[in-house]
Amino acid sequence: MTMRIPVSALIGLTMMAFFFSLAVFAPLIAPYGIGEVVGDVWEPMSAKHWLGTDNIGRDLLTRMIYGARTTIFIASAATVLSFTLGTLLALSAVVLGGWVDMALSRFIDLIMTIPTLIFALVVLSVVPTSILILIVLMGLLDTTRVYRLARAVAVDINVMDYVEAARLRGEGTRWIVLREILPNALSPLVAELGLRFIFMVLFISTLSFLGLGVLPPDTDWGAIVKENKEGLVYGIPAALAPAVAIATLAISVNLVADWVLNRTTSLKGGRNA
Amino acid sequence: MREAVAHNLVEIRGLKIGATVFTPGEKPKNVEIVHGVDLNLEKGKVLGLIGESGAGKSTIGLSTLAYGRGGIRITGGEIFINGIDILKNSVGELRDLRGRQVTYVSQSAAAGFNPSKRLMDQVVESCLSHKLCSRKEAEERAVTLFRKLGLPDPENFGKRYPHQVSGGQLQRAMTAMALCPEPDLVIFDEPTTALDVTTQIDVLASIKEAIQDTGVGALYITHDLAVVAQVSDHIMVLQHGRMVEYGTTDQIINNPQKDYTRALVSIRSTIHDETPAKGEPVLKLDNVSARYRGLNFDVVKDVTLEIHPSQTLAVVGESGSGKSTLARVMTGLLPLRQGSVSFNGETLPAALEERSKEQLRELQMIYQMADVAMNPRQTIETIIGRPLEFYFGMQGAEKRARVIELLDEIELGESFLKRYPAELSGGQKQRVCIARALAAKPRLIICDEVTSALDPLVADGILKLLLNLQEIEHVSYLFITHDLATVRAIADTIAVMYQGNVVRYGPKSKVLEPPFDDYTDLLLSSVPEMKLGWLEDVISTRKMDSAGN
Amino acid sequence: MPTHLILLVIQRLALGVLLLLASSVLIFAGTQILPGDVAQAVLGQAATPEAIANLREEMGLNEPAVSRYLKWLFGAVQGDFGNALTNGADIGASISKRLGNTLFLALWAAVISVPLAILLGLIAVRFRNRWPDRLVSAMSLATISVPEFVIGYVFMFFVAVKLRWVPSVSMINDSMSLMQKLQSIALPVIVLTFVVLAHMMRMTRAAILNVMESPYIETAELKGLSRFAVITRHALPNSIAPIVNVVMLNLAYLVVGVVVVEVIFVYPGMGQYLVDHVAKRDIPVVQAAGLIFASVYILLNMAADIIGIVANPRLRHPK
Repeated sequence: MTMRIPVSALIGLTMMAFFFSLAVFAPLIAPYGIGEVVGDVWEPMSAKHWLGTDNIGRDLLTRMIYGARTTIFIASAATVLSFTLGTLLALSAVVLGGWVDMALSRFIDLIMTIPTLIFALVVLSVVPTSILILIVLMGLLDTTRVYRLARAVAVDINVMDYVEAARLRGEGTRWIVLREILPNALSPLVAELGLRFIFMVLFISTLSFLGLGVLPPDTDWGAIVKENKEGLVYGIPAALAPAVAIATLAISVNLVADWVLNRTTSLKGGRNA
Repeated sequence: MREAVAHNLVEIRGLKIGATVFTPGEKPKNVEIVHGVDLNLEKGKVLGLIGESGAGKSTIGLSTLAYGRGGIRITGGEIFINGIDILKNSVGELRDLRGRQVTYVSQSAAAGFNPSKRLMDQVVESCLSHKLCSRKEAEERAVTLFRKLGLPDPENFGKRYPHQVSGGQLQRAMTAMALCPEPDLVIFDEPTTALDVTTQIDVLASIKEAIQDTGVGALYITHDLAVVAQVSDHIMVLQHGRMVEYGTTDQIINNPQKDYTRALVSIRSTIHDETPAKGEPVLKLDNVSARYRGLNFDVVKDVTLEIHPSQTLAVVGESGSGKSTLARVMTGLLPLRQGSVSFNGETLPAALEERSKEQLRELQMIYQMADVAMNPRQTIETIIGRPLEFYFGMQGAEKRARVIELLDEIELGESFLKRYPAELSGGQKQRVCIARALAAKPRLIICDEVTSALDPLVADGILKLLLNLQEIEHVSYLFITHDLATVRAIADTIAVMYQGNVVRYGPKSKVLEPPFDDYTDLLLSSVPEMKLGWLEDVISTRKMDSAGN
Repeated sequence: MPTHLILLVIQRLALGVLLLLASSVLIFAGTQILPGDVAQAVLGQAATPEAIANLREEMGLNEPAVSRYLKWLFGAVQGDFGNALTNGADIGASISKRLGNTLFLALWAAVISVPLAILLGLIAVRFRNRWPDRLVSAMSLATISVPEFVIGYVFMFFVAVKLRWVPSVSMINDSMSLMQKLQSIALPVIVLTFVVLAHMMRMTRAAILNVMESPYIETAELKGLSRFAVITRHALPNSIAPIVNVVMLNLAYLVVGVVVVEVIFVYPGMGQYLVDHVAKRDIPVVQAAGLIFASVYILLNMAADIIGIVANPRLRHPK
């Protein structure tokens, strides 16, 4: 049976590919330099400046393309960090069980009693802001959610009779984790990967928008909103461009994640059931 | 024709039922699950609908309420209740039918009762919403029914919440709920299947009495022919949504015409001849006690048992008897608290981690739910091949050849190599699990309720396979089950467990012959037998006994 | 109420207090024990060593962390959060006024979003897999994918700037009448409503569906009860606990959403206060505001759990 890709997921995949290529090839695609002042303040859209210019006369399209690079880079890196760490900790907790599981789970519960954004703001009031710090901070804070999901999935699988059968056979921890648990945990985790990535995009955009994320000369979509928000009051929609970009990227990833999730349930239900 | 309709309570003509199957990633598919069934039921009579899973018996039962679960709907035919075609009914007329003319008793009363309302409120609800009588009158009816159904403290029983009473009591309360509005027809959908056998007999007897007393007509749906033989006047045998045979209960049980019916009738009659104990015991339990962490009492108490080569020990008991816990102790999943387990004459380390690979190899296990006993991401070849690789270091062609050999032994064959568990039927899955256990060339296989999730005929096939394999491989079985028919079919020795204790233990011929202890007597006499009048006989014998005491 | 139920509730309350304490430790630790010197962070890289030493002395940074924490905690319990580093103002006083404003905003957002979300959730369930359900699901997918500030600016741009229905900045002060205040916060309330609506609706839908698929609903339908009676007598009593839980969790979510919305509309509440002082690295203020946000969040979660305990018939009527 071959799996047809539904239209919605196809649209999502195409948009994602578009944004990721923008991010990777930003310096090649961007018509101007990132900090280059090329026109008047808030020029309207024109053949020369497709999206117009920003609050100090830089090409908005160029800013957006570089913004995509930073936003996607930070979000991806933080997702990879939270995912690897969260999954690793969760699987070890489940397989080792006992006090390791207990201590880790309670600690994660504790961190989750404070809203993520508030926690990030508290930490950012002390540590100097840099892209690396942002990635680590966001990644660590989100590890808690990945941990919870991965643990729940792993616990469900761990009590299956086939895992018990492997234990009774005398299989080692390595086989049980890699051959019995992981293949069955992968699909729900991959679907979650998309959702975590969206969360990271929203998170870094929000921080930058609040002026606490990416700082000049770098820029990301949230920061572009912040730079151009004053224009809105005068009816200049420059700040809406990155807003639309964030929303489009997030919705695209959501569409793909939805499809992966559906595929997962179909696999659980059996191949021809 | 109208004449006939007017006489019968239920008259079904050419009933077709379809279901929509939703496969993720594919368009919803319509399939037909009942292919034109005719059925008659006279007023005050009981018709048994019998068949294996997928026969369409519950679906047909619910159709008399013009109701279909999930994507199920009636696609053709006519259903007359008291002469009126209910499929032409308006929504209002349907409401008038449901809960007033026709009522329903489901398999799981525990789930069927609303957890946040008192039982009485739920039992009288139909009477009140259909304005059949006053609340006071309805409650009086309910109390009468509670008493008739043998519920404790009938005056106050209704004040309790569903979670405050036992499963058997809930099943009776649901029967009371169905009878309270004095309907013409009650649908009993496997009302005793989820109960323990000693509870089942009492519930069955009270349901039968209530049916007789109220003169209500009933459709009694079950997969257990012996059960339905006790309560019904007529029986209809169904298979794959078609009628196989219809007749009086006497004719179906004593003179079945069709092969399928004959097979169903003879299911419980397989009896395996006892093999005498020979040689040193393979496994020996000495005064074993065990408990789960956090419990302050033993779940298994002071158990002493032996299993000899090529023999089958059946451990039989009801839920909570500790029989499955015993299996966990033997496998080392639950370290014992007291006593010892010896295997091949050596004492087995209590904990799994301390057992040698050889010890693990020689003691294999087969589970009740074959579905979850196999990794859904592995092919059958990987599943059966892994023990070969793990214990004997087999690789490549040698391993494959052995896997094929094992597949032949379980009567499946080479074509299954590349399949995944989800592509197999329930019986096939259980066969693969048997092959996986055999691959290790064990001396003892623990079989934990391996047939109880299967349809009777499939289960029979599995039991026969296990017996054949025992001849070929000279393996011993420890067979954990709640079903005495299974015990008769397979055991050489039997241990009866009750509340953690072994209350009776010995060769099959001794254990199943009088004189009995009280519990074994109760257990044995509670197993429905494939003969008419069995239920009355047992109940009257028990009444006489208690009167005599 | 049976005693063991009271015990369970007391247990949960105790856990809540414990979590409050633990979160205060986390917040304190987050600002004090992290690598990087606080005084250095406040004054910046260019500060002279003397200035840093002075500030350390002034902030009591030379004392051991535990005693500083205890001092801070005891102060906080009595409403004394010390003075802001940046302007020396009393933090407790600034907070009390701003907290009132924030709660005013959050309250109105809750008043609108909670009934709306439950209504939409019910509609989605009633027309399951039909177009109203799909529409509601698509809308919630869209809003979940969009950060709060995007919703905020889209509304501001079209409703306040293009249509000029309401002001784009939400000023609020004591001399305003309730109506004036409401008009002033209309836009932020709408945005906040949007922010929580999607989540709350989705979760309400799932909670009700879960109940509607229970076998006892089938029992009720087979009794010939009307749709309305099935829902009010059988579905609703069992849905209350999960729905209340959903509402509480989302109110907690609202507490975070409020931070961003206040910044967008320059609303004088706790969120804006917190963000401003994070940028200024005014640590005492950040600690105080962070603790208050976390407390509200923990209290709402605790309330959800307690309602869940009390509404459970198995616990209310033990065997």
